[in-house]
Amino acid sequence: MSETAVTAPETKIVEIDSHAINFGPQHPAAHGVLRLILEMDGEVVERADPHIGLLHRGTEKLIEYKTYIQAVPYFDRLDYVSPMAQEHAFVLATEKLLGIEVPERGKWVRTLFSEITRVLNHLLNLTTYALDCGAITPSLWGFEEREKLMEFYEAASGARLHSNYFRPGGVAKDLPAGMEARIAEWADGFPKFIDDLETLLTENRIWKQRTVDIGIMSAEDALAWGFTGPCLRASGVPWDLRKAQPYEMYEHVQFDVAIGRNGDCYDRYLMRIAEMRESVKIIKQCLAAMKPGPVKVQDRKFTPPKRSEMKHSMEALIHHFKLYTEGFHVPAGATYTAVESPKGEFGVYLVADGTNRPYRCKIRATGFAHLQAIETMSRRHMLADAVAIIGSLDIVFGEIDR
Amino acid sequence: MAEDAIEAGAAPATLADQLATIPGVLSVTVENGEVVAHARADAILTIVTTLRDDPRFAFEQLIDLCGVDWPERAERFDVVYNLLSVSLNQRVRVIVTTDETTPVASVHGVWPVATWWEREAWDLFGIAFSGQPDLRRILTDYGFEGHPLRKDFPLTGYVEVRYDEDRKQVVYEPVRLTQDFRSFDFLSPWEAITTLPGDEKAQAARKEGKP
Repeated sequence: MSETAVTAPETKIVEIDSHAINFGPQHPAAHGVLRLILEMDGEVVERADPHIGLLHRGTEKLIEYKTYIQAVPYFDRLDYVSPMAQEHAFVLATEKLLGIEVPERGKWVRTLFSEITRVLNHLLNLTTYALDCGAITPSLWGFEEREKLMEFYEAASGARLHSNYFRPGGVAKDLPAGMEARIAEWADGFPKFIDDLETLLTENRIWKQRTVDIGIMSAEDALAWGFTGPCLRASGVPWDLRKAQPYEMYEHVQFDVAIGRNGDCYDRYLMRIAEMRESVKIIKQCLAAMKPGPVKVQDRKFTPPKRSEMKHSMEALIHHFKLYTEGFHVPAGATYTAVESPKGEFGVYLVADGTNRPYRCKIRATGFAHLQAIETMSRRHMLADAVAIIGSLDIVFGEIDR
Repeated sequence: MAEDAIEAGAAPATLADQLATIPGVLSVTVENGEVVAHARADAILTIVTTLRDDPRFAFEQLIDLCGVDWPERAERFDVVYNLLSVSLNQRVRVIVTTDETTPVASVHGVWPVATWWEREAWDLFGIAFSGQPDLRRILTDYGFEGHPLRKDFPLTGYVEVRYDEDRKQVVYEPVRLTQDFRSFDFLSPWEAITTLPGDEKAQAARKEGKP
């Protein structure tokens, strides 16, 4: 027994040098249910192993058992911070396989709400990211603005979060009367809010110390690790699906794409600030260009008839019944359709087999690729920097875990 | 602010012709304006390396990797690689097939991002990737058994979880459904029955393409 007594102190020394920390799954800075196993050398991260899937709900499997219309609400519940952007990818994929074209007003409404969603998402991300780094005020201000935007969501779709507003063939219903004026009024005042938000953070000494030169991704690394959206642009790659592969009405609006230089946490913050300003420009252009007209295709095999029509038309009633029980049959085929969601490229790989239900619906979650790079980004950084990196990547677990 | 830096990509047909010259590519089609290449599974590593490094393709990004299950086929799984070139603004989809036992070469050496997607395909479909050092489960629970996105895996799964107040711990139990899960095929009788009794002659004629 004397031998073990001699070796025991040595092993103790090793344990102190390197130890593992269980970051999460319940941690306010983990942005959800992330379990991050950190191997630490003192205060320095040696290795980070994210364990995900704690919010896995089997969305892809469930969608295989639902009709195309029933599948749309699942997309709201993926990234619950930018619901309409997720719906958008799915409805575009479905429309591509169906070969239907959305009327012009429908497209404008979708573009408008895509941008409202972008502001909604960035407001939450930037302010909670600042909160992770110790700044409380931005989140108090930001959430007030978010609430105004959610009122637009509610007015248009009836729900603040899980809107189910974009449907294959258009949007659920037209905007209520006076809505456009209210959005325009908000859009006039919002740039002032961004200025105020920037006074809190952009030149803030503590904020810069926490984010500048933290978690640097070079352009090559960012591409290899599957970065998209603001995270990729922060590394200096000029890539935006709205410009490169335009969908909806993005061809017809003027806006700039902000490009970063250093690929650090601070640049990712600046990207999102700049994107919010551009979004306001797009929103104003959408409002100016929108004309009255139908917001969904008028083919009753794909979109439901009006309630008032159903009161006296037997055919409308049959169409409504068939649409909400059987749905529509999508011709066999496959498509990968992606949109520039606020977080980056959000894509849907949809395989149809000719029935009324998707055969396979793979959801390309943006954050899935971003979170994986945490290991490379946080190596040899302090523990507190790992928190800043997670915040800067804009991670939402509903989307990653699906 | 680089508006002119993003250019339009090559026409899908041109890209399809170029792809067809890569050894190991079996067929190239253009579906809904998207270029789809079917390839031999054993050649996937050389194909994707060519796609990344050849300046005609320059696919810097593996945007997505996923499996699709077709249980009636001998090689039941499709492994789908969606690639994106940000410099040439083009996309391609490479599809290889495999079965439950044959591993596909891992592409994590070409794009490090592949690791998690390969783990996901392993977790949800049971597709094995050779050369992948980290083939752990990723999305399902610790200690989960089975591959849930296979078509023969029931929607409800096999076990359910609850907190047992007596044992003061989370317990796993076989799934008990108070009502059987209902799955309707939604085919009308006119579509579902292809051969009517006594109508065999007409059916045979239809198969031969006669009016």
